[in-house]
Formats: sequence, structure tokens, C-alpha cells
Amino acid sequence: MEITVMHQVMEWNEDVSAEVRAELRKNRVCLINVMGSPGTGKTTLLTSLIAKLRREFSIGVIEGDITGQIDAEKIAALQIPSVQLNTDGACHIEAMSIRKILPQFDLEKLDVLFVENIGNLVCPAEFDIGENFRITILSVPEGDDKVKKYPLMFTDTDCLVVNKCDMLPYFDFHLKTVQDDYRGVNPEGPLFLVSNRTGWGIPELAEHLRMRIRDELA
Amino acid sequence: MHELAITESILKIALESAEQHGAKRVRAIRLAIGPFSGVVPECVQTYLDVLAKGTAAEGAKIEARQLPLRVRCRDCGKEGEVSRTRIECPFCGGLRLERLSGKECTVENLEVE
Repeated sequence: MEITVMHQVMEWNEDVSAEVRAELRKNRVCLINVMGSPGTGKTTLLTSLIAKLRREFSIGVIEGDITGQIDAEKIAALQIPSVQLNTDGACHIEAMSIRKILPQFDLEKLDVLFVENIGNLVCPAEFDIGENFRITILSVPEGDDKVKKYPLMFTDTDCLVVNKCDMLPYFDFHLKTVQDDYRGVNPEGPLFLVSNRTGWGIPELAEHLRMRIRDELA
Repeated sequence: MHELAITESILKIALESAEQHGAKRVRAIRLAIGPFSGVVPECVQTYLDVLAKGTAAEGAKIEARQLPLRVRCRDCGKEGEVSRTRIECPFCGGLRLERLSGKECTVENLEVE
């Protein structure tokens, strides 16, 4: 006998992400989902952005990693509330984990909550964690073929940052390839070229985020 | 690796539906999967074999139907299907595309006894 079901498998995650979103909206907190490969510079870039944005916004960070506390300690050193979320092997963060961790923050005092997702270009893109918007970071040493190889990560993002641009003379990385491929899968998405090491492009990116966060909190 | 969480959800959906219909055993679980769902059916099967032990779905087979990746072209306005490796409008070659479908993962029906 055959029975018809028609049930979305990801519904559990979608339901919880809607809850997270409602809870954050109630407290006027903007959640930003930061994604990219291991070593692309997520934590160091966050550190620079926090320095630029902390005068205007009260900021918290959720550091996602499979194991360990290294990144949360780096952020805590900035005197910013940070919580390490260890996924114990899982390749991404789910809305459920965010819901569980939110009570550890004083949401009434926060304006912005960054979530540094697990370093991975595949799975994190598939899970809505209740974010207001997403940032994808790609770095020059990773190669210019990543948009073609991992399209969802670049399609479902609100902003692409190409980091380590000071390394462009040393790698066969064709910026135009990334720009064209990104336009192809995400025609309206903004693109920022930065070097976190030299600070090049960081003010422009911080300004874009400042405006975006203001819009989200309005 | 995320297939573990997805398989837990699939199993829960299957067992609940089977119980509602008074079925004793689930023989097959039929899924509809979009190319951008990130779900690998073989992987789901492997997890299901372990997770379903001792339940009404023990030994159930995963049968997956691949859904197309549908897009609307912002240049020519037409809708069509594209492959995930060649994302361009099949009519005008435009690259400014809006995705209409492709991220789905749905349990469509069950073969039960």
C-alpha cells in the first residue's frame, strides 16, 4: 500500500529559525551569519569589523566550531560577549543550536549578534539559522573557481567579501572570474574586495554593514 | 554529514505517517530532492539503516526522485530548467537568474504494509 505524505524535511529547521527570528526582532537584535572556508579569515575579519562597529552598536558573537574554544577566546579578548558553539562533528550550525544558545546573551543590551559558522562552503548555506542577512567570505589563496564549485554558498548570500587581496600578485587568481561567476548566480549581491592584513577595503565593508544593520534595526 | 539530522527528520515523518495510517511496516520512503538541497540519497540510506533498527521502518529503502533546478531569467523574463553546472538562461544565455526551485527535500509518499 502506498500512502501520500508530502512533508518538507527541513521544516523543523525552518520552524525554529522563524522562532529565533521572532525572538531577535522582539529584542531588536540583528543576526549576521558569517560563512566561508576554514582559513579564509572569518575570525580575523570579524575582529576588524567589530573594532569599526562597536562604537555605534553593542555586539555579541557566537563562534561555531566543530571543537575547541580558540575563536571564542580571541573574541572574548576584545571584551565582547562571546559564546563558543561546538557542533561535535557536525558540518554546519542549525537554528536549534542558536535557539539553545540565545539565553546566554543579554539580548536587551545587544544590537548585533554575529554568528561565525563552521568553516565549510557546502552545508552552512543550506540551513537558515534565523539570520537577518548573510556574509560569505572567500580568500585569494582558495582559488577563483569556488563560485562555480559551490554555487549555493554564493547564490544564497547577501554580501560577498574577497579577502587577502594583498596576495593577488602571488596567486593565479583571476578576480574577473569570481566577479562574473558571482554576478551570474547572485546578480544583485554586493561584492567587497579587502585585505584584512593591510586594512585595505575594510572601511568600505564596515560602512556597508553599518547601513545594513541600521536598516534591519529600524 | 548533515544527512544524519535530515535522516532523523525523515524517519520521524515516516513513522508518524505510518502510524496515522495504521501501517505496521514501512518498506520504502520516497523523497523528492532538488539539486541544491545538499541531500545525498545514498548517505540518507546509510544513516537510515542504523537509525531505523528496531522501528517499523527497519530495512526501509530510500527512493529519491530528482527535481529540476528552475529559474526565471531577469533579462528575457522566461522560466526554464538549468543544470547546476551550467547556470545560464536556456533561452537567451543571460546570467541574471532568479531561482524558483531546487532546494527542496520532501517526503512524498511511503510504501507500507
